[in-house]
Amino acid sequence: MRKILSMAVAIAAGFTLAGAGTPASAAEKLKIGFVYIGPVGDFGWTYQHDQGRKAVEKEFGDKVETTYVENVPEGPDAERVIEQLVRAGNKLIFTTSFGYMEPTLKVAKRYPKVFFEHATGYKRAANVSTYNSKFHEGRYILGQIAAKTSKTGTVGYIASFPIPEVISGINALMLGAQSVNPDMKVKIVWVNSWFDPAKEADAAKALIDQGADVISQHTDSPAAMQAAEARGVKAFGQASDMINFGPKAQLTSIIDNWAPYYIERTKAVLDGTWKSTDTWSGMKDGEVVMAPYTNMPDDVKAMAEKTEAAIKDGSLHPFKGPITNQKGELVVKEGAALSDKDILSMNWYVKGIDDKIPGQ
Amino acid sequence: MPLRIERQEHISGLRLTLVPLIAIAFTIIVGTVMFVALGHDPIRAFGIYFIEPLTDTWTLQELVVKACPLMLIGTGLAFCYRANRWNIGAEGQYVAGAVLGSWLALATHGTDAGPWVLPAMLALGVIGGALWGLIPAFLRVRFGASEILTSLMLVYVAQLGLDYLVRGPWRDPQGFNFPQSVTFDDVALMPLLLGEGRLHGGILIALVVIAAATFVLGRTLVGYSIELAGSAPRAAAFAGFDERRVTYGVFAVSGGLAGLAGMIEVTGTIGQMQPSISPGYGFTAIIAAMLGRLHPVLILVSSLVLALTYIGGEAAQITMRLPFDVTRVFQGTLLIAILAADVLVRYRVRRVEEVGHA
Repeated sequence: MRKILSMAVAIAAGFTLAGAGTPASAAEKLKIGFVYIGPVGDFGWTYQHDQGRKAVEKEFGDKVETTYVENVPEGPDAERVIEQLVRAGNKLIFTTSFGYMEPTLKVAKRYPKVFFEHATGYKRAANVSTYNSKFHEGRYILGQIAAKTSKTGTVGYIASFPIPEVISGINALMLGAQSVNPDMKVKIVWVNSWFDPAKEADAAKALIDQGADVISQHTDSPAAMQAAEARGVKAFGQASDMINFGPKAQLTSIIDNWAPYYIERTKAVLDGTWKSTDTWSGMKDGEVVMAPYTNMPDDVKAMAEKTEAAIKDGSLHPFKGPITNQKGELVVKEGAALSDKDILSMNWYVKGIDDKIPGQ
Repeated sequence: MPLRIERQEHISGLRLTLVPLIAIAFTIIVGTVMFVALGHDPIRAFGIYFIEPLTDTWTLQELVVKACPLMLIGTGLAFCYRANRWNIGAEGQYVAGAVLGSWLALATHGTDAGPWVLPAMLALGVIGGALWGLIPAFLRVRFGASEILTSLMLVYVAQLGLDYLVRGPWRDPQGFNFPQSVTFDDVALMPLLLGEGRLHGGILIALVVIAAATFVLGRTLVGYSIELAGSAPRAAAFAGFDERRVTYGVFAVSGGLAGLAGMIEVTGTIGQMQPSISPGYGFTAIIAAMLGRLHPVLILVSSLVLALTYIGGEAAQITMRLPFDVTRVFQGTLLIAILAADVLVRYRVRRVEEVGHA
C-alpha cells in the first residue's frame, strides 16, 4: 500500500515538468471529455458530474468545448471510449468511476500530452490526477439526524459495493447516530450495483418491512426515496437533492458538487499550470454540500447545522477517537483521529453494527 | 378470420440476398426520421456511425477486438441451437472459464513461470466453461429440467462466485481493499499483434475455431447428428444417434468456447480479474448467433456488424453529442429490421378458414 503511494508520488514528482503542458492557444478551444458510468438522467452520481460539466461550459464559455459518453461499462469498453475521446481531440478527460482506473492509466501512458482526471481511484501518473470527496463528513450528520428522527431506533442502509468508501460511509453514519443514541441500530442491504432503481426500491421496501423508519442509501437513483415517500417513512437523498422525489420523506441529502474542482482543473489546463495531484475535498471546500434540512423539528435542524459548522471549521472530525471496532478493540485512541489514508482503505465496522462485510 | 404464418419451402437466392438490403433500407429510413427529428444531419450521422469507424486502422482493430468474444461464443451457441438445445447461459460459462484460467495466472504470479502459462490458461478456460455448460446438460438429461432456466440461473451463480473471489481471496493485497486482483504477469497476457492498438492473438484463435466449426457442422457425421437432433429428433433416434450424447456434446462445445472467449478477453484486454469482466457478451452473442443464422462464417460477419453498432454509437455520442439512448434505439432498429426481414422472406402470412378440430 505504502509502496504504491510512494511510487505514485515519485512518478508524479519526476514527471511534473513533463506533465505541465503548453497552454491552449486562444484561437483553439480546449476540448474536454467526460466518461460516465450511468445515464446523465440518473438524478444521482452521473447527473452531478454532468452538472459539473455544465458549470465548466458556463464558466469558460467558448474557450472550451465539452462532450461526454454515458453508460460506459468498466473494463475494456472504457479503454476504447477514453481513447476515442483522445482521438476526437479532447485534451482534458474526466473519468468518473472507480473501475476506469486501469483503462485511464493505460490510455494516459500512450498519450502523455493529454491530461486525465480519475474520480475515486488511487493510482496516479504524470498526466493522471485523482480526485474524490469526503462524503463521510455528510454521513456523520445523517447519522445524528437519523438517531433523533427514528422512532424504532433503526436506520436502513442501502449499500452498493463493500469498498472502503462505502464502508467508511456506514461507519460515519453509525458514529453520528451513536453520538445521539448509543443503542441505535443499522440494517444494511447490499445491492451490488451503483445504479439499479428496481433493486434499490426493493431494498428500501425490505428495510422498511424490517422496522427501519429512516432510509439511507449509497446508490445512485432516487428509487429508495420514492419508496420511502410511498410508505410514509423518512429518507436521505444521495449525490443530488432528491426533494422532488420525496417532498415529505427527504430529511436532507448529501450533494456532490464537482463544479469547483472541474472549473479549477480546466483553468489549470488553460493556464498551462496543470500538474498531477491527488485531491480529497470535503465540506469546507464546498464539494460536499448538505441539501436544506426538511421534514424535521427545529431542534434537530439546529443540531444538524451546528454539526455541519463544526465539521467545516475543523473542530469536529467524524472519525475522532475513541472508536472501537466490532470485536471491541480500540482502533482510535481518545484525542486522536483516523488519518485520511486509513479512511481510504477502511475495511472494518465500528462497534454496534450488526452485519458482516461481504467477502470477509 | 385468423392469420397463420407458414414456412415457405422453396426460397429463391434472390429473395435471400434481398433480406439484408431491405433491412438496411428500413433502418436508414427510420434513422433518417429520428436524426432529423433531433435536429441532426442524417448523412453526417450515418457517416459517423458506419463509415468513419471503417476508415481508421485503430477503430478497425477495436472493431475486431470487440467482435472477438461475440464470434467465439456465437459459434459455440450455434452447436446448441442447431440441436434445439437452448443454452442461454453463455455469460456464465464465459465467467467460469475466465475464473478457472485466471486461477493459474494468480497462482504463478511473481514466480518467473515460463511461457507455458498462457496456453495452459486458455486450456483451463475451455475446461471451466465446458464444465459449467455440462451442468444444465446433466440436469436436462437426468431430470428433464429446462436447460433454458438452469443455464440462465447458473449465470448469476458464476458472476457471484467471481464477485466473491475478487472481494475475498483474490483481492490485491496492495489495492486498498478495492475488489480486484493483481495485474497479471506478462507470461499470462495475450500478445498484441501490431505495434499500436489492441489487436491481440485471440482473434487468430477465433478464426481457427470458426474454420473448424464450419467443417464439423457442415461436413461431418457429428454435425449431421446435431442438425438431425434439432430438426427431427425422432428420426435421429431411429438413425441410432444418442440424444443424451448430443446434449452433452453441444453444451460442452458451447460452454468451452464461451470459457475460451472469457479467458481471451481477460488475457487480451483486461489483464486482471475484477467483479465485472463482460458487458453482457454472453447475451449479445445470442443475437450474433441468430443474425448469423447459426452458421459460423455468418456469425463472424454478424459479430463485426454488432461491434460496429457499438463503436459507431460511441463515436456518435462523442462527435455529435447524441444521447446514449438514441444510439441504442438505432442499434435496436437495425437488429429488429434484420430479424423481421428474415422472417418475412422465409415465411408467408396466410388467411386460414376457421375449421373445427378433426
